[in-house]
This record gives sequence, C-alpha cells and structure tokens, in this order.
Amino acid sequence: MKITLGWLKEHLDTTAGVDEVVARLNRIGLEVEGVEDPAARLVGFRVARVLSAAPHPGADKLQVLSVDAGGGPVQVVCGAPNARAGLIGVFGQAGAVVPSNGMELRVAAIRGVTSNGMMCSSRELELGDDHGGIIELPDDAPVGQAFADYAGASDPVIDISITPNRQDCMGVRGIARDLAAAGLGRLKPLLPRHGADAAYAPLAEALTALADEAAMPPCAIAIRTDDPEGCPAFWGRTIHGVTNGASPAWIQRRLNAVGQRSISALVDITNFVMLDLGRPSHAYDLAQLHGAVNARKALDGEAVIALDGKHYTLSDRMTVIADAHGVHDIAGIKGGEHSGCSDATSDVLLEVAYFTPENIAMTGQALSLTSDARSRFERGVDPAFLDDAITIITALIIAHCGGTASTITRAGAPPLGIKMVAYDPTLCASLGGIDVAEGRQRTILESLGFTIASVRAEEGQSAREAPSRSTLRETASTGSAVPQGERPPGIIWAVTVPSWRRDIDGPADLVEEVTRIIGFDHIVSVPLPRAPGVAKPTATADQMTERKLRRAAAMLGLHEAITWSFIPEKEADSVGGGTWRESSWILANPISEEMKVMRPSLLPGLLSAAARNQARGAPSVRLFEIGRRYLADAERATLALIMAGAKSDRSWAAGKAKAFDAFDAKAAAIALLDAAGAPIDRLMVMGIEDAGGIWHPGQSGTLRLGPKTILAEFGALHPALTRAFDVDGGGVAAQIFLDALPAKRGGGVARDAFSPPPLQSVTRDFAFLVPDTMAAGDLVRVVKGADKAAIVDARLFDRFDGAGVPDGQLSLAVEVTLQPSDKSFTEAEIKAISDKVIAAAAKLGATLRT
Amino acid sequence: MMTDIAPLQSSIMVAIAAADGLDALESVRVAALGKQGSVSALLKTLGTMSAEQRQVQGPAINGLRETVAAALAGRKIELESAAQNIKLATERLDMTLPADQAPRGSVHPISQVMDELAEIFADMGFSVATGPEIESEWANFDALNIPATHPARAMHDTFYMGDNHRSPDGGRMLLRTHTSPVQIRTMQAVAARSNGAGEPIRIIAPGRVYRSDSDATHTPMFHQVEGLVIDRGIHMGQLKWTLETFLKAFFERDDIVLRLRPSYFPFTEPSAEVDVGYVQEKGRRVVGGSGDAPDHAWMELLGSGMVHRNVIANCGLDPDEWQGFAFGVGVDRLAMLKYGMDDLRVFFDGDLRWLKHYGFSALSVPTLSGGISA
Repeated sequence: MKITLGWLKEHLDTTAGVDEVVARLNRIGLEVEGVEDPAARLVGFRVARVLSAAPHPGADKLQVLSVDAGGGPVQVVCGAPNARAGLIGVFGQAGAVVPSNGMELRVAAIRGVTSNGMMCSSRELELGDDHGGIIELPDDAPVGQAFADYAGASDPVIDISITPNRQDCMGVRGIARDLAAAGLGRLKPLLPRHGADAAYAPLAEALTALADEAAMPPCAIAIRTDDPEGCPAFWGRTIHGVTNGASPAWIQRRLNAVGQRSISALVDITNFVMLDLGRPSHAYDLAQLHGAVNARKALDGEAVIALDGKHYTLSDRMTVIADAHGVHDIAGIKGGEHSGCSDATSDVLLEVAYFTPENIAMTGQALSLTSDARSRFERGVDPAFLDDAITIITALIIAHCGGTASTITRAGAPPLGIKMVAYDPTLCASLGGIDVAEGRQRTILESLGFTIASVRAEEGQSAREAPSRSTLRETASTGSAVPQGERPPGIIWAVTVPSWRRDIDGPADLVEEVTRIIGFDHIVSVPLPRAPGVAKPTATADQMTERKLRRAAAMLGLHEAITWSFIPEKEADSVGGGTWRESSWILANPISEEMKVMRPSLLPGLLSAAARNQARGAPSVRLFEIGRRYLADAERATLALIMAGAKSDRSWAAGKAKAFDAFDAKAAAIALLDAAGAPIDRLMVMGIEDAGGIWHPGQSGTLRLGPKTILAEFGALHPALTRAFDVDGGGVAAQIFLDALPAKRGGGVARDAFSPPPLQSVTRDFAFLVPDTMAAGDLVRVVKGADKAAIVDARLFDRFDGAGVPDGQLSLAVEVTLQPSDKSFTEAEIKAISDKVIAAAAKLGATLRT
Repeated sequence: MMTDIAPLQSSIMVAIAAADGLDALESVRVAALGKQGSVSALLKTLGTMSAEQRQVQGPAINGLRETVAAALAGRKIELESAAQNIKLATERLDMTLPADQAPRGSVHPISQVMDELAEIFADMGFSVATGPEIESEWANFDALNIPATHPARAMHDTFYMGDNHRSPDGGRMLLRTHTSPVQIRTMQAVAARSNGAGEPIRIIAPGRVYRSDSDATHTPMFHQVEGLVIDRGIHMGQLKWTLETFLKAFFERDDIVLRLRPSYFPFTEPSAEVDVGYVQEKGRRVVGGSGDAPDHAWMELLGSGMVHRNVIANCGLDPDEWQGFAFGVGVDRLAMLKYGMDDLRVFFDGDLRWLKHYGFSALSVPTLSGGISA
C-alpha cells in the first residue's frame, strides 16, 4: 500500500515530517518497505513553452522546435503531432533520465539537426498511458519551473506492507487513524474535507446537494441480491448525464504518485476512494445493462471477459453481478469488459456492495485473480461504511463529471453485528509483558475507535456478538453500566469493537492494540525460570545416533551434502523399483519437472552432486547425506554415502591411483553402524533381494541383524545407474537405515567388572579347500561355532586359487583363537578342538588342506 | 705376584680399547677370561695359595677380573652402537616425501548450526522436536488458525501433493511451509499424555520446509527452527529474553540488540517481527549493536509472538490455563550471517569445494564448555 505524506495529512493533522511518520508506522506494526522521493525521478524536466515550430528539413514527420524552458530558446527535434508554437509542455534537458525507460537524454543530431533534449509524453514520464503526443499543460503553467514542483511530485511516497489482518489500513484514512492513536497528530473529521488546494470545494457543494434524498429521482434500474450469502448488501444508484473525461488534476496526481494510472474520471474516482478510504466500488455504463441488476451465484461454466481482457470460466460457488443478458462483474474482484465505463458513458450505475470475505477469497484463489478490490473485500471491508461511501463517491462524480443522482437502492443488509470483547486490563502485563496504566489503555483503545464499558467479570465473559441494527457510526454497548474511574475488584471491561476492525476477536487482540501503540520497545526482558542445577540432557537417543553418525561419516573422509528433497521423475524411476509410482509422493504443483517427486532414495541427489563435482574436475568424490526418504507409509531417516573416482591418488609409495571397490563401501557401512551403536559383531552379510537398478548384482549386499532386519545396504553401483547420472569411473555407495537400528538397551552407565582371562589365548591356523561358490563368511561362521566354549574368534586371513588348488576350488585360511579358561590346553584338547573345526567345515563341503 | 697383575691389566685394557669389532673384542675376552685365558689362569692360582696369601692376592685378582669384565662390556656397547649407527645410516629416507593422509570429511554448516542451536537451547531447558515434512493441510494451516479462505494462506506458496494421498480427515497433503506444525504435534502429544491437563513445554523444532519460490535469495527448500514455550504466566517479556539470550549465545556477542515490531501471524497474538542491529563490514553484515547506532541498521531476522489461544485450544489444551510464545527463524539465514556465506543456492549443490571451505571438522562439536562455535 503506497501513500504520500501529503495525502496522509489530508486525514491527519500533524506537523511530523516523513522520517517521523516512517518511524512511527514501523513502531505500530505498519511496516514501511520503502520511501521514494518522486522529485528525484523528474530532475532535469521543466515546464517549457514552444516558441516556434518549423518542418524538419530532412524528415516529414519531424519538426524543429524552439523551446524556452526558462533559459532562453533551445533547439529541439520533435516527432509529436501536437507539437506547435504556443504549446506549454515538459522539456527534458540533456542529462535528464527518462523515467519510463531509464535513458539519459543527450545533445544529438537527428537527421542532421541538433536536438538539445526532448519534449515529453505522459507515458515517458510515467504519468499515464498517453503516447499520442507531448504533454499539454494549461496556459498559466509557469515556464521554467521544475516539473516536479509544478506537478506536486515532491510529495514523498511511503510504501507500507499491510499485514492481512489490517483491512482498515488499506486506505489512507485508516493509516491516519492508527497514527493519531499513536500520538502523531489528530485525526481530521471525514467530512467536510479540506485538501491542500481548493480541490474539494466542488465536493462540498455536491455533498450539500446530496443531503436531500427525497428530492432525487428514483434509481433507474432494479437492483437486488439473490445471493445474500455471497453478497449480503448491494447499494446502488444511477447517475444520469455525466461527462467522463479526464479526471481532475489533483486526483490524477494522487493516483500517479502511488503508481496507479489515470484512466478516466469515473474509474479514477472509484480508485481514489478505494485508496483513500479502503472502500472499493464499481461504476457500470448504464447503457450496457438490461433489466434488473442482480447479485447472484454464477452458473457452472458461465463465462465472463473481465476488464483485463481475459476470459474467466466461473463456478456455481462464485458470486457475480449480472443482468438479463449475462455476467457483468466477478463480484468484488474484477469488473467486466463489456459494461465498464468509457469516454462515451453518460449514465452510470454506481455499485457499493458488501461481499462475504471467505467467498471472495475462494473465488480469487480459484480464478488465480488478484485485484485491489479483492484484497480489500477478502479481508473484510467496513460493513457499516456503505451509506457514507456511496454518498462520497456520488459527490465526487457529480463534482467532476456533472450529472444527476438518483436515490439509493439498498438491496439486502450488511452484517452489522456488534462484537464485544471481555477484557481484563491486567492481561496487558500478563500476556503482553508491558504494564500499561488502565487510563492509558482506555485512551488508546478509544482513539482506535473502541468503546469501553465496565461490567462485572461474569457478565463480560458471556458477552458475545450481539446482533444490532445500529446505523452508521452509532455504537452500542451492553452490560450494566458501572461508574468509571478506579476499577473495583470483579469488574472488567466490555470492549465494543469498531465495525472496521474485523480482525479483533479476543482479549489478546486488545493487548496487541495497546502494546503496539505503546511500543514493543517497552517490553522488558524477563528470564525464563531455570531449573536448579546443571542443565539436563534433552536430546533423544535417535537424535544422538544421528549426531554420532554424521560426525563418524565426516571422520571417514566423507563430506556432508544437503540435496533437494524432490527429484525428477526419471531419477525416481532409476532407483524406485518398478512400482514406486502408485505409492510415491508426487507434487501436484512442482516448481519444475526437476523437482517433482519426493525422493524414495537419497542416492539420486548424491549421484547428481557427484557428477557435478566430477564435471568441475574433482578426481575423488566422497559425499554423504543424512535425510529422509519419503515412502508411502513414512518418512524414513537415512544416511546415504557415495564414493566415486579415485580412492587414492597415484603416489610414490603405492603406485597407481586406486579406485573404490565394494569393500570400501562395506567398511564404511560397518564403521558407521559401529558409531551408531549397532552390535557389529552380530551382523550378517546377506544379499539384496531387490537390487533394482541401483546395485551391481554381484558386488552388493546387506548388513542385517537377523534375517529380517536390514540395517544397511552397500556395494558397487550398477554401471547403468552411474552412466545415467554421468558419474565417471563407477562408484560405490551405502545406505544406513536409521529407523532399523536397534534401540539402546536400558540399564545404568556402570560397566561389568573387568576380568581378563587369566591365561593367554592361543591361535591355530586352518587352510581349507572349498568349492569356489562357497561364501567365506559361511565358512568362518561354522568354524567359529565349532566349539563355543573354546573358540573366541575366527578370522579369514588368506584366499588363494593359484598353483596347487584344483579348478573350481579355493583355498581359504582361517586363524582360530582359542581361549583356555582355568588351565592351559593340553595337546590332546587342542587336537579335539581341531577335529571339531575340521568336522564343522566338512559339513559345509570344505576339506582341510594338507 | 703383584707385579704380574698390573702389567697384565694394562695389556688387556689396551687390547680391549684396540678391538675394532665385536669379533676382535670376543678374542680379547677369550684371551683374558676364557678357560685358558690369562686372568682365568691367575684365578686358578688362588686355590694353591695359603690363607694369608689369598687374603692379599684374592681381592687383587678378583679386582682384575671385574675391571676387565666391565671394560669388555663397555667396549661391547660402544662397538654395537657404532655398528647400529652404520646400519641406520644406510636406512636413511627422504622425509620430505609426502605421506598418505587419511581423507578428511566435513559436516555441513546447516547441520553444524542445528547442533549449535540444540546445545544453546538445551541449556535453557529446550528439547528438540521433529515432525513430518509431508503434512496435512490441517496441521500446517487450519490448526494454526489459518482457515482455507484466510489471505495468509496465499502468502505461503504451498507445494501440494497429488491426490493419491489424503490425510485421515480427507484433506490434502502438502509440504510443510514452516516448522510450526511441530508446535501442533507437540501440544497434541502433551494433551494426549496428560489427558488434557497439560504440562509445561519447551521445544525447538529444526527442519526442512518448502515454499514454491525460487530466486537469488529464495530456494524452494530451506531450513527453519521453531521455538515453543508453553507454561503458566508466560508473556512477551520472556519471549524477548529468550530471543536475546539465544542470539547472544549463537553469535557469541554480548552486544546483540533486538527491536521488536508489531506484526501479524495468524497463529500468534500479539505478534512481533524481530529485527537485529548490524553493521556492514567489508561487504558483509555483521550482527551486533543497535540498528540506530551510527553506521548501523536493522535487519529483519525472525517472527514471533504469543501463541494464539485458538491454536492452544485446537491442540486440546486449555488456553485459560496455558499460554506461551513461539518463534521461527531461518537456519540457513543464521548460518549465512554467522559464517559469512552470501548465496543460499550453493547450500544444496554438494559442491566439494564449497563444503571443504564452509564445512566443519568432525571433531568441532559445539559444547558449552568448549564454545558453541567450536
């Protein structure tokens, strides 16, 4: 919402300058986004008289003008058809920058004739749309004056971000009211109105003429509302015999200053009142209306072409203004092209209605149609401000376009329920944190338009919306009157909310009203109570696991990445298996196809990052991410890591660069599970049931606790996958499924007593010949289990398939650690254990190598 | 006899000193102390002596033996050491050759900052709460006092999910636009476990949030941390203290100055936007000091307010008994301000150069005793 300081001062009696106004606006919750000095944009443009105009010797459509901008004759080449001797317009001298296109004017030869600047059109100075010719100012415009001063463009423009709750501040007057309450001056009466110049004199006359409704002709067209839910109130009147030309300069200046184009007097007047008083209205060309004008629900599929020239298809939940021929207006949002006012309009229907905010919001959202009217109606305009509004708008039309007004037809009734809030003023301190004296609270609330009655607490609590037929500006209060002054115990306030403050619902809202006007800088910091002693730990076991995993991964040399939660469909295809589509989370309104599917795996994001890094020349990529996979049933916390490129550089000691292999991924997965507290000595290595397109089918596996609980997957990535992501040199990866990790078992922090075995352990080596299909892990497992009392460890230390090993077989060597308990093993005992080891291995198909 | 000992000792000592290797030294030892050795021969004469003679000769001969043995041992050490030195000299390597380093990884600044936040707020009694990122419309909007037609809904450029998923109440599912739904879930959980009686709550809720917005300063995914305190008698003064205390600890400066401005959020009342004073130094914003001080300015940092009573009631708690405050702040923003990054989009690129530059060592764990910016 843009306002100018001068416009504000038409409503606010204050001597404050722009800085003071801005500071106060920020303080009371009307955030200033910027202040603009329009004069700065018009530096170098002056009021100038064309002294003479002669044809250009080298171009038919150009003239050579002699122009006086206060400093004597200057030669200018001009192509405007209306350029002629005697015209007073706006001259831009060399060095001035044209507002519309940012071009700096220069002395230049145009078809061989020197031009020292430019005579400007309205559009070039962003004052309007007119580009048919140069600006023509009245004959009495002072030649040589800076155009900014002449146009009154020295008025600072303040851009305010109005929060959605403050419809009342979507008009200059509401902002003035807030500032007055905040002590920055006095709110002037709405009427009679006094402008900076005599601009309002015709308005005053017109208002006087409108005072006597009985003397007016009846409204020339029937008005009704068949949709009291969407349009509870439709006030209308006709005005005959208007002249719709350019609007008066003072209105154009106001509109231009806040960035609105001047269109025509009728349209400008409705726009002006909307910006001035926050009250949208609509003027129809009466000649285009047929039969009764009716606020009704649209028919499903009914179409309208709006003022923006676009075609809108409506639904039966939307309210429209229609006549016998069809829809003329998307109610409260945008007028129709067909019945809008034009220069030819002579008779007008003026509509001032109340539309239900929720309906407007729904319609606007459904049509994706924004407008200044919508933003006001959907926030809720003042339902008590229809009579005054239609009177003021009519007076402005009559004052500037002439014409004769009819009586007002009032169809329906606006929701005028009076809202009461029971308010205990001590809440200001106990919720708002500022102790404000009750007298001061009362003053603030009253200056914002609230009225206060003191009531007994129990009455106040039951005070709710009381329906009232009270008319404009009349306020009602319920509850037993209690003498003012010191508030006795048990007495609180019944606060009546002004009709324009739809946002006020409860006592907390009143606390905000009081404290924002007092200023939040009066809030004094008060410590939160602190539990005695050292702060207790707050992190959950899962959170600690995630923290440990993260830092363990970084210790392993991996860099933590954060990648997008959404990925392209084709990437989801590559990792989601065949059936991801039915269950996956697909965005209905993605920002792009690249960000469409909630990732079922973290690997695509890491693969893409790996490819980007390789494209930047990174020889080695080690990345991990901890985040969620979005599956149909849950969001699952996952750590994924990827290693691609060189594991180690070529080096003087180790020779050639080495690539990552699946065992690097396995080692990382086990190290991470260890860091996460999983019992890694009980892990089983098993295959992946559904390697999908992710894993190399022969070089990948899972780490499980029991056959069903998969803690991790690891392995080399499928070459087709790395190729699809443009990752060079293969790549290995692992995924840790955080939600599968076993919970820590309870119990204290003390450990079992330390009791090292009294005797040293002994080791024995066994070499077996096995079929080359045998998994080494299986052999080690059975060897270890051969004698649970004596064998404490078994470790594979050699794997050989060279000379001496028959085809189709392998030699696997296992070191077995034996732990004697109370006395050393005898040779006989060791022999017995060895026999068990050999027998266990034999069951698996392994024979001792001799 | 005495005259025999002194020259013998001299000659042996000379031989020991002259021995230039362990073999030579061994020959000297055998010649002196071996079975046929000269000193052994003298020792043998002791048996033939009278008691008086032995009393005189015994110590002298034994002394000779000990002196020779000690000299042999000393010389042996000398020779061994010299031999080792020669061997070591042949083993010299070029210590300027590069040694293989274990690769060094890093922790993402967002994670680091989240750990910092958890540490700071833990000291104030806050735990960390989490919630789903794919949320119901109800938890993201309705429960937070944002009805379908509320203009504030349009302010959130919301990503909605396709129709194959619906929330249990039949509503649409969406990507949460803020971490505020975690407030709802936390209060609901408290209401459920206390049978509606309620209990004090102090949580922060960090996490990913999403808005359909993408330009130089906005990414469609970013990170927020929500704070929520529910108790009896909580007011704006405690909100201000909490934010001040948190920001002082986070930026590790005592001169943090906040400016609270009235604002509007549907789920808080009163609502305040919070600005922090800063100064521009070398092209960067450095937080600290009052925004009204010379060369300083204010920057909007976070939104906050007293939890709206409708929100408390929506979660099943009694708003006449329980009140409190909530705030939300961008984690990415906090990280950028503290550590000096200037572009948000690179946060999510996985660029190793950036991660190495801005990331944190695994061992830089924020602690109260070691410092939050460890």
